[in-house]
Parts: sequence; C-alpha cells; structure tokens
Amino acid sequence: MADPTNTKDRLAPAVRAEALESLLAERGLIKSEVLDGFINRFVNDVGPMNGAKAVAKAWTDSDYREHLLADGTGAIKELGFAGPQGEHIVVVENSDDVHNVVVCTLCSCYPWPVLGLPPEWYKDPAYRSRMVREPRTLLSEMGLDLDDSVDVRVWDSSAENRYLVLPQRPDGTDDLSEEELAALVTRDAMVGVAKVSAG
Amino acid sequence: MALTLDIDGPAAPPRLNGELVFDEPWEGRSFAMAAALAEGGLFTWDEFRDHLIAAIGRWESNPMGQYRYYERWQEALESIVEELEIVALPEVDELAAAYAARPPGHDHRHGDHHHGPDERGHSH
Repeated sequence: MADPTNTKDRLAPAVRAEALESLLAERGLIKSEVLDGFINRFVNDVGPMNGAKAVAKAWTDSDYREHLLADGTGAIKELGFAGPQGEHIVVVENSDDVHNVVVCTLCSCYPWPVLGLPPEWYKDPAYRSRMVREPRTLLSEMGLDLDDSVDVRVWDSSAENRYLVLPQRPDGTDDLSEEELAALVTRDAMVGVAKVSAG
Repeated sequence: MALTLDIDGPAAPPRLNGELVFDEPWEGRSFAMAAALAEGGLFTWDEFRDHLIAAIGRWESNPMGQYRYYERWQEALESIVEELEIVALPEVDELAAAYAARPPGHDHRHGDHHHGPDERGHSH
C-alpha cells in the first residue's frame, strides 16, 4: 500500500466504484436510491423493444416513416422515448441496394432511448475497428452475408449523431399487425448486423 | 397507441436478450454514478464521453489484460471527477484500499445493495 499509483492499478474496479460512490454520497452529489433508479430503468424499461416499435410503425405508416427519416429524435419522442443519448438520433434506411450498419469507433455512442445500453460486442475494440476496415467480412462472420451488389454504408456514431437502422420489412408479413411486426425486429437488425426475418 | 411490452420476443428487454446489461453489480453502480452526475449538471454527457474516449484510447495504446469496457468507464468517471475537483483520487485509492482489506462478511455496508463483495471472491 506504500505506492498509491501501484495500488490503484491492482485494486479491483468493484471496490474503486464502491469507494467513489461513498465519497460522492458523502458530498451529497448522489443518492443510492437514484442510482438504483437508473440501473432499474436501463435493465428493465429501456431497451430495443422501444426501437422495434418505431420500426414497426414506420413499416405500417408511411407518414411516420417519412417523419422518422427526416427527424429521428422528434419521431421517436412522439412515441414517448427520450432521455440521455437520444438527442441526435439519425435513422438510416436499408433497401435492396443499400445496407447500413452502425459503429462507434472511439467509444460506445449508441441511441439509448431506442436500443438501451449497447451489447458487449458493440463496445469491443475489434468490432469498432474492423467494422470500418472490413465491414463485409465482419458482417459475414456475424452471420450476415450480403450480395456484392449491395452498397454497405458504415455510420460512425459520435456526440453529434446516434444512428438507428431502419431494416427492411421481411416478405410474407403483410398480414401482421404493428404489434406483431415489432416482435420480429431485433436489436441486431437495428444496429445493422442482421436482417429481420419473418420468424 | 398502446403496444404491450414484448416479454419473450427478440425485442424483449435487454435482460432477456441472452445477455446481461451489466455483468457485475459494480458496473451498474459505475454507470449510474455517471448518469446521476450528468443529470445533476456536474458535467455533460459530451464531457464524460471525452474522458471515456481518452480512457479507452489509453488502454488501446497499451493493452493490458482483457478489455473490460466498464473498467474504462470507471477510469473515465474517476478522471472527470478529479478534473472537476469533486473527489481527489488519493481519497478514492485510500478508501478503496480500506474496503479491499475488509474481512469477508464485513462488506455489506449498504445492507441489501450487495455490490462489491462477490467479485472479490468472498465466500460466506
């Protein structure tokens, strides 16, 4: 314990987080219940089901689709989804010719209100660097093989823009309700590393 | 429009997506501390992001062990509170060292919150 710098490196982050929480609480800057509230919200209430509802609505309502593509943040707020990291949501639409995929090369920017917190692989250094360098290869490794004729567009999230992919509506879903469609839409499809399948 | 919450489908809440939002309890505490301080106006998310990018960059320029995202998050949080002179790092070091030295079973400071102890391999 003689060398604090050394100690810092060796101590588990768990105990450092606990110490920091105590010190911030002592200063009246955080409350344990408030932290519990944030955790509960992001574990239970905010997640990809929000984005799935926006996608399903865009598939069934062309006015909403246009609104979503023109003003992602506003159209998503209309559904009641807002909050941190949701201020600058840009929606990019997949088609037969264009496939969009989202990455954050510098850290982990992600549209929280519609997708929740990002999965482990999205934050991984390999995903962050390879999606820019060799998107087709990485997508293929992740199970998405795209035809050579498809234009792959990689969107690098930043403080200015958080991207959400509007996937293609799968064939054979004409009879499904908006609610049933929303149940088909996966997080991975809204990041652009998968397509939506009819189930 | 009232869509029901999809409990079992692919777009179900993250806890049911086959992957936990937080692997360990302290990760959630670290995440929530940043969220609470940002909401409280002590810093903006963009300012926190700059610290997170720097912390990730430091690891990537000198990778040590397995990459753990929330370790970088905690480092970013420590660096921003230090920069804003909210908490001095030696204070964190000292208290963390004291917590780390606790005997097993004496670490339920917050009663039911249950953070910290399990990761350190304490048994009952």
